[in-house]
Parts: sequence; C-alpha cells; structure tokens
Amino acid sequence: MMINQLAFGPWLDYTVNGLIIGNIYALLAVGLALIFGVANLINFAHGSVYTVGAYLGWASITYLHTPLPVTLVIVITGSALLGVAIERVGLRALHGSSRIAPLLATIGISLVLDQLVQLFCSPDPRALASQLPDLRIQIGRGTIGTLDLLIAGVGLVSATGLYGFLRYTKLGWAVRATAQDQDAARQMGVDTDRVNVTVFAIASALGGVSGLLVGMYYNSIDPNMSFDATLKGVVAMMIGGLGNVPGALGGGLLLGLTESYGIALFGSSYRNLFAFALLILILVAAPNGLFGRRRDLPPEPMTGTFIARSRPLRLPRALVAGVVLAAALLPLLPAPYLLQTLTTALLSALLALSLTLVAGTVGQISLGHAALLAIGGYASGLLALDCGLPFVWSVPLAGVITALLGTLLVFPALRMQGHYVSIATLGIGEIVTLVILNWTGLTQGAMGLTGIPAPAIGGIELTSVRSVYWLVLVLVVAIALLQTRLLSGHLGRTWRAIREDEVAARSYGVAANRYKALAFGFGAFGAGVGGAITAHLYSYIDYRTFDTTLSILALTMVILGGLGNVAGAVLGSVLLVSLPELFRAAAEYRMLAYGLVLLVLIRYRPQGLLGTV
Amino acid sequence: MVPPLLQVRGVTRRFAGLVAVNAIDLDVAEGELVSVIGPNGAGKSTLFNLISGLDRPNVGTVHFAGQDVTGLRPERLAALGLARTFQHGRVFGNLSVIDNVLVGAHVRLRCVRPAVPLLGPLIELGLAAWRPAAVRAEEQSLRADAEAILALFGDRLLPRRDQPAYSLSYANRRRLEIARALALHPRLLLMDEPTAGMNESETAEMQVLIGRLKASGQTLLLIEHKLEMVMRLSDRVLAMDDGQRIAEGLPGRVRNDPAVIEAYLGHHALGSAEPVA
Ligand SMILES: Nc1ncnc2c1ncn2[C@@H]1O[C@H](COP(=O)(O)OP(=O)(O)OP(=O)(O)O)[C@@H](O)[C@H]1O
Ligand SMILES: [Mg+2]
Repeated sequence: MMINQLAFGPWLDYTVNGLIIGNIYALLAVGLALIFGVANLINFAHGSVYTVGAYLGWASITYLHTPLPVTLVIVITGSALLGVAIERVGLRALHGSSRIAPLLATIGISLVLDQLVQLFCSPDPRALASQLPDLRIQIGRGTIGTLDLLIAGVGLVSATGLYGFLRYTKLGWAVRATAQDQDAARQMGVDTDRVNVTVFAIASALGGVSGLLVGMYYNSIDPNMSFDATLKGVVAMMIGGLGNVPGALGGGLLLGLTESYGIALFGSSYRNLFAFALLILILVAAPNGLFGRRRDLPPEPMTGTFIARSRPLRLPRALVAGVVLAAALLPLLPAPYLLQTLTTALLSALLALSLTLVAGTVGQISLGHAALLAIGGYASGLLALDCGLPFVWSVPLAGVITALLGTLLVFPALRMQGHYVSIATLGIGEIVTLVILNWTGLTQGAMGLTGIPAPAIGGIELTSVRSVYWLVLVLVVAIALLQTRLLSGHLGRTWRAIREDEVAARSYGVAANRYKALAFGFGAFGAGVGGAITAHLYSYIDYRTFDTTLSILALTMVILGGLGNVAGAVLGSVLLVSLPELFRAAAEYRMLAYGLVLLVLIRYRPQGLLGTV
Repeated sequence: MVPPLLQVRGVTRRFAGLVAVNAIDLDVAEGELVSVIGPNGAGKSTLFNLISGLDRPNVGTVHFAGQDVTGLRPERLAALGLARTFQHGRVFGNLSVIDNVLVGAHVRLRCVRPAVPLLGPLIELGLAAWRPAAVRAEEQSLRADAEAILALFGDRLLPRRDQPAYSLSYANRRRLEIARALALHPRLLLMDEPTAGMNESETAEMQVLIGRLKASGQTLLLIEHKLEMVMRLSDRVLAMDDGQRIAEGLPGRVRNDPAVIEAYLGHHALGSAEPVA
C-alpha cells in the first residue's frame, strides 16, 4: 500500500504522458487509416510528411517568427499540399499497375522526402521550442502542462472535425462510400480521384501537425524521426483495425499508454519493443484489430497481377558463364578499390538473392530482411568469440541458425496476406534489432561485438582483398545457381502460384505455409551467411550495422533487377552499390538517388532491368 | 449401399444480414453429373466455397469420399481428390499455360514430396535441388499428362503452352481453369459457370467437352446459367433461390417446376434464358 501511494504521482504523470503521446499516434494512425480506406494502401511516406510538418513549423518560427496559430496554419496548409502532391504526382499514375506498386512508391517517396529534409536542414537535430507559456497545472501529485492541453485539444478538434466531415458533408459521404467499395462508388458517380486527393490532404495535414507537436513536446526535431512515426502510426492503426478510423484513435491511445507504462516498468530502451510486440500480438491474435468486425472470407482476388507482367530476358548461358569468368579473373587486374567495392556489392547480393526469392518469387514483400543479416552476423561472431569456432564452421552454422531462427520468427507472418506481411516483417525486423540491443548478456548490447576474427580457411587468414573477393564471389555464384535450379523445378511454379493467387493455389493442394516457410528458410540461409561474412570482414558489428535502410535498399536492388529474377538480383546489387561508390557520391545523395531510382522504376519500368520472373 | 461420393447435409452459411445458403442437402454419386441452377445471388458459388473448403458453414456437414470434411482446409480437400474452377477465373497470370496445369497436378507429386513428418519440407527441398532419376521421371510423366489434358481443348491451348496465362483470351483462360482442375485427376470436379462470357459456338464446344468428361466416368458438379446445356447434360438438377432449395430432381421435372419458373421470371437475371416451355 505504501508503495502504491508513493508511486501514485509518477503514475499519473505516466498516464498523462501516455495519453499525450497516444494522441499523437492517434493523429498519425487516423491519417493512415483514412488513406488505407480509400486507396487500399499503407502509406509508408506518412512519417516523412510528419517530419516535413515539423520542419515547416520550425522554419516558420525561426525565419518568420510566426505566433502559434499562424505556425499551425502554415504547417497544416504545407502538409496538406504535400499530401496532394504525393497523391497526384506519386501515386495516381500507378492505378492499374501491379498490386505492390503503390506500396513501393510510398517507400520511395519517403526516402526522397527524408533525404531532402536532410540536405536542406542538415541531419543534426534542431531545437523546436514550444510557443506556449510554460505553465503546469498540479493535479494530485502529477502535473499537466499547457502543451499537453494543446495536444489534447488538437486531438479532440481533429476527431470531432473529422467525424463531422465524414458524417455530414457530401464529400465525407463520398469518402465513406469509396472506402466501402471503390468500384461501386465510382459507378454511383463518386469522383474517386477527388476523394483520394481530399483524403491525402486531410491525412497529411494531421500528420504534419503531429510532427510539429511532437517536436515541441521533446523540444527537438531531426530528419530521422520519420521512420519511427510511420511505424508507430501503423502499429496504432493495426491495433484499431486496418482502415478503421475510430479504431485508429483508440489504437493510438492504447499504444501510447502501453509504451508509457512499459517505460515506467522496464526503462526507455524497451519502448519500441513493447510497440512491436503489441503489433505482432495483434496481427496474430486479432488481425482485424481490437475494434474491427470479424471478416468472414479471405479477400477477393485483387485486380491485376501481383507483380508487373513481363517476359524475363533470357540470358544465354554462354553470356552468364562469360560474365562469371570475367568476374573471377578480375582480381588479376591491379584494382583493389574496384575489388573492394565489388565485394561489398556481392555481399549485398546475398541479401538481394534472398529477398528476390521471398518478395519476388513467393510475393511476400519482406520489409525487415536485413534482420537476417544481423542474426547471421551475430551468430557467427558469437560462435567465433565465445566458442572459438573457426570461420569455416561458424559461417555455415550461422546460416543454419539464421534459417531456423528466421523461419521461426516469420512464422506468424506466413498465414498473412498482402500488406499484413509487409507490416509484420517490418515489425519482426525491428524486434530483432531491439532484442540485440537489450539482450546485453548475450550480445553486449549497444557496445556491439568487437574483435570478430578475420575470415580464415584452414588456418590461413584471408587478408588480401583478392582472396576475400573470390570467397564471396564463389558463394554468390553457388547460391545463385542453386536458386535457379530450384526455380526451374516444381518448387518454382509452386512458389509463383502462391504469389499469383494464394486461394487458387491452396485449392489445388498447395500448402501455402509450408512453401512460404521453405522459401524463407532457404533465403534466410543465404542472407545469414552473407551477414556472417560481413561480420568477420568488419571485425565489428552492432545493432545498427544491419538496419531497415538496408532492407529498403535490398528491395530497391531486387526491383531494379526484376522481382524474382536471380541474375537481376545480382545485377541490381552490383549497380546500386558500385555506381555511387565509383562516382564517390556523398552518403545523403546516395540515399536520395536510391529513392529516385525506386520511384522511376516503379513508374516506368516496373519489371526491372532483366524482367520479373 | 455405397454412400454417395459427396454428401451435403443441412449446410447453412450466413453473412451479415443475409443467409446466402440455407439448409441445403445435396448428394452426388460416383459418375453422376449434377447441376446447380438458380438466379444471380442464389448462393450457388457460396455453396461451392463451402464444399471446397474455402469457407466454413455455420451449420451442417459435408462428407466427401466417406469422410467428414466439414471445415477442412482447401489443400486437404484437394489432396482427397476434389478440384474446382472459379466463376471469375483465377488462373495464375504470370505462369505459363503448362505450368498452370502442372500446379493443378501438385497433389499428384509423390517422389519429390515424400510423406515424412517434420523433415518432409527439407527433404523436398533437397530432392528439388538434387533431382534423382525418380523425381525426373515423375516430372516427365506429369508433363506428358498435362500436355494430353491441353490437347483435350484442340488447338486452343496446346500451341500456347509456353505463353504466360495473362496473354490468353478470356475464353481460353476459362479453358485453362478447367485444364488445371483436370490435372488433379479429381474424383469430383466442381465447375462454376464454365461457359460464362462465352459465345454460342464456344459454349457448344464446352458442352461437348463436358459431355465427353462425363462419358469417361468423371463425377461432376456443375453451376450453369445456360439451361439448354444443363438439361442436356445433367443426371439431376438442384435449383436454388435466396439460398434455399426450390426444386430438385430430373432435369425435365425441375425445368417445369412452377417455383423454378417463378424464380427465373421474378429475377429476370438468367444469362441466356431460353423460353421456359
Ligand atoms: N463474402 C461475402 N460476404 C457477404 N455476402 C456475400 C459474400 N459472398 C457472397 N455473398 C452474398 O451471398 C449471396 C449469394 O452469393 P453467391 O455468389 O453464392 O451467388 P451465386 O448464386 O453464385 O450468384 P451468381 O449467379 O451471380 O454467381 C449474394 O447475395 C452475395 O452478395
Ligand atoms: Mg456465382
């Protein structure tokens, strides 16, 4: 009893804090839910709009010295316009293209926006002072500040405004009709383009304002806040049910409270772990959200095929053999820098090969694939450091561990479809990173693993650039050949059938989960080996070495080469890694270029360079 | 007495605010061709979904080949020998014509999918990579069989065997659906409006094909709007409206049943409704 009384004050603070942050999540989630409702799309650029909103506010306060109401108006208008631009320029042209195109496009847009913010406003955090007098109202032993009240007020006003709009205006009715059934709405004369633009504008305005408010709340903004915002918004939306607007409100508050209490109990490094654990729990136990109605049937087949229609380029065997031979002979040239670059490229090709199988061949768009590298890297590093296992044993063993652990982790996602898979893999990837960060006893936590021994075969260290290059080349060629062989047999058509139409495939006896798990396990092995070798080459890895940026980069490589295309995955990696390197582009331009490449590909060459398979 | 191959008892499926299938009984004996007719929205496709495991009934049971299969997953039903086609066509667009048919034969793969518990998937992966002679032979024979099935459709599909399915015409895609289903060597074949969207000569061609299938002993359950064809081919007909059975029996009897005439006249929804005699 004593303890409870003592702790009451802080608990109230935690509750208030949870509700305030939850309010922000709710604003994000409502926007995402609105967009999902009408466009059937998870907008991965939402967090970037939030960041842009925060920076717009910062710029207008810093340069124009605007008072709060004017700042709010500027942020709302600017973000809404950005939303309109995203819909008009980025997404509308993709109507009628493959099912994954819009989702990938929002990822590209988000990369571009984040990098632009970084280029214009520097990657360093900026202070964003609250423009309100710093008064705190004492309630019991806790306090509530003016900013808390503002955030709560914005939340309430937005919610009532949105309710009024959806309920009582003609356009709002059109939005609801479109969300229910796009085709039917169009037949009834609803201008669905206008609905889409409106929804993007509203959602982005809400997103931008929440960015501003969060910036003021923490008195700090930085260009990297996008990703976290997207994730939290998506998690909050999933709690409420995909596309369920009132549910998103509840989901946001619930997520805020869960996080806040979690931090109170376990410390702040666990914050995100709670969010993602909650996400996976919801996805598995209540995929339609806590407040959603149970949906009865698996969704109807969406129109269009999953990937772009194409006839893959048939590469003559002689050509492939010639390229491999040339690659093998390359070290004879005195070009160590080129070799080093190509080694990096080939290492990422191991990830791309894995992803092109999972995302391209089987159609499970994994957004957390880099986590497999992390598992492989840590597994091999720890086996070498803690058990003294030699390189030749620790690397393949790390591959096996990654295959097992990766398949086990992704298991909840196997029975999911479409967007759920992407969200789940994203969440699982984050969980892996967070577990590495927090499981200090095993992984040294934030310190990372140091002193991982260099690659050595038969007691001889592979110190030369040349020998490392050959090692990685041999691995890439071996895995690529094996993957090609699997694709040419019954597994290839079975995997692709699952991608094309899971319901039809299952009706013909294809146990979809089994084949997804097989593809995932095989892919995870290769990626795990790639991560392991990387760890030994770097001699140091930490929880950030293999982050989500790498997952997105891998996706870009795979799309560049052609989804499902084995040679394409290797080509995509080599091009995307070595071209910027050879031009010695600065890091922020590199990411910008990746974003643009992704956008241009999706729009103008969705089948990639060598064609989807 | 041998129990019928398919035995549906009191199957009911409710959706929000509507009973799509209401206490339907249905038997199909080995070698029989039974048709299900009824106006749009009568619940025919929903009934197929309940039988083929894509959906579960709220009430009622489905027995197939002497086994209770109510609510069994579709892949299990396929393994038991039940194949179906889809009303709106669900061919695998990016797969070649022949690969579509080979996926239909998935449950017949034996060598490459040994029934080993737990390690089965890993062995399958190994065999797919290694491809011993037995696996190659199996693939060869399935391929030959798939081509024989394509040949059933004259030169509609066979010359296009290596083209992606998305490049086929609408009618050819419908044919491919059927070819894929036949590749399963089904004990019972469910066809959901095989002639939807086909012109007269194509329909006639399909009718000949279904007649030949029946003559070869194939057990069939057919949903069809074109009554002419239903009356020609069927051993028995089940007529549904609003989820309920309104008539059942010999084709001629059902056709002249007042409830059936009423249902069709009332709905004005029959595809190419022949004047009801
Ligand atoms: N998943 C679902 N959720 C809600 N209602 C559904 C669902 N599937 C079907 N229905 C409804 O159930 C009823 C029966 O539909 P069904 O598709 O079985 O009809 P049908 O007899 O096949 O018609 P048609 O000849 O047009 O194909 C219809 O009113 C339909 O709207
Ligand atoms: Mg139907």
